[in-house]
Formats: sequence, structure tokens, C-alpha cells
Amino acid sequence: MAGQFEALPGGGAAVALDEVEISILRSLAVQLLELIGPGDEPAEGADPLAALFAEGPSEPPSDPALARLFPDAYGEPEADRGEDGELREFSAEFRRFTENDLRARKRDDALAVVRNLDALTAAGEGGAILKLTAEDSLHWLGALNDLRLTIGTRLEVTDDDETGDLYRLPDSDPRKPMVMAYLWLGALQETLVETLMP
Amino acid sequence: MGGVTVPLEIEQTQSAEETFAVPEPDVPWVTIVHNDPVNLMSYVTYVFQAYFGYPKDKAHKLMLDVHHKGRAVVSSGTREEMERDVQAMHGYGLWATLSQERQ
Repeated sequence: MAGQFEALPGGGAAVALDEVEISILRSLAVQLLELIGPGDEPAEGADPLAALFAEGPSEPPSDPALARLFPDAYGEPEADRGEDGELREFSAEFRRFTENDLRARKRDDALAVVRNLDALTAAGEGGAILKLTAEDSLHWLGALNDLRLTIGTRLEVTDDDETGDLYRLPDSDPRKPMVMAYLWLGALQETLVETLMP
Repeated sequence: MGGVTVPLEIEQTQSAEETFAVPEPDVPWVTIVHNDPVNLMSYVTYVFQAYFGYPKDKAHKLMLDVHHKGRAVVSSGTREEMERDVQAMHGYGLWATLSQERQ
């Protein structure tokens, strides 16, 4: 069925995508890569091992979507960050030692999506069946989730929205295309999770 | 509480009624997953099964706790272990923090 992942015998998953869907997914994955930013490639002639020991940032990202992708590890989510200096220092230290790895993982996930889609476009004309290995399924699961977190943050989705207005916007609302993409990505992720359930 | 060594500076700065809130060195740390409006319930359950190896029932119950109570303690252990778990949860896109369990 179109727009739904199905488990493949022996592992992996498949979904039918048309040309427009492929193009939208690729564009979103590229935007996610741009948001996450490039990796810290060692400069030419520099010690490649140095990158392994490079420290990440201490401060949370100012962009709300990035802040959601890379949250603080200590302290209450709603708390004023200024009120507990010790927790803020713990969060800063944790971030210095983990954020680079986390960014690399999210970049790898989004890159896998772009590569899988590009291989697909080269093979077919118009629509195609995307077949993912078990490993690529995990990359897609991560990237679909990161995309939904990013778009959900931009749309300021709340728990009340399932009964609220966000999903019943008039066609003239500028947020409508993003809401449609958000819901579509949710359906893709939901069916992909089902193929992975132990 | 005999046998527990209290660091000197804590002994000096705590008044009597505050003493109970001082975390003991052997009090375990916990990983807390917080509710967010975006993550799918099925995905959160999947993460608890895939990463922690919890059976489906336990993973499902923890997911419901996150959803309805706003948060759930999903693991406990040393601070280093909880930092690993929080890092993994952030990798999955779940909103997680660690803290020392207050008695």
C-alpha cells in the first residue's frame, strides 16, 4: 500500500513512493542535514586523531528545533536554567563530551535517507518501491523521528493539537503544507516502527 | 546513618532540617524520560524495548507513564551508567535527563 512500510521477509522494510514523495523526502532530509550542520572534518595536514578528542559546545543551541534535538541532560525541562549553577555546569560538561557524537549520528541517519532515495531515483522512472536493509531501516527510523521533532517544534505542536485546530487548517493557511508533511512522516514512521517491533 | 562519611563542607553548611535532603554518596541515579507531544507512543515503546531490552508489557507501561504522568524513571544505576542511558535516549530523540534519586 502506498505510503506505508511493510516488513520484508528476512529483515528490512519496503514502501512504495511516488516521484513527488521522493522529492519531498529528499528535500526534508537535506534541510535536516543543513540544520544539524557539517561535521568537524580535520583540516588538511592536521592530525586526524585530534577530531576524536575535539570537545563539543557547552551551551545549548539557540534554535528551538536544534535545542530539542540536543537537549540538556541535567535539570527539569521547564526550569529556568539560571537557577541552578551546578546542574547547568553538569549539562555543559555532558554536552562537551557527547554533542559531537550525537550530531554525527543524526547526520549519518539523514545521509542514509538521501543516499537510499538517490539510488532509487537513478533506478526508476517516476514512482518506485524503496527497499531498506535492516540497518537502513534504523537510519530511516532515526531520521524520520528527527524530522518530526524539527517540524513539530517549528509548528509548536502540543498534546492538545489532536483535538485542536492544527490538523484542521484551511488550505489557505501557510502552515498547511508543513502540517501535511508532519502527518505523512508520522504515518511513515508509525508503519516503519511496526516492522521493527520484536 | 553511622558509617557514612559526610564531607566536611556539607556538614558545616546544612542546618538540621535540611540534612535529610543531602544526597548520600550511594543513592542511585535515575534516567527520566519526559513527555513530549511529537514522539509516537509506538516509537517510545519500541525504544524502551530495543535499548533497555525491556519486555513489551513493561515498555508499554513506561511509555504510558511518560504520556499520562509527564515523566517516567526508565533506569537506575551509577551516574556514569545513567549518562550513557541519557545519551542513548537523546540519540533516539527522546527527551531524557538524569538526576540523583531523592529519598
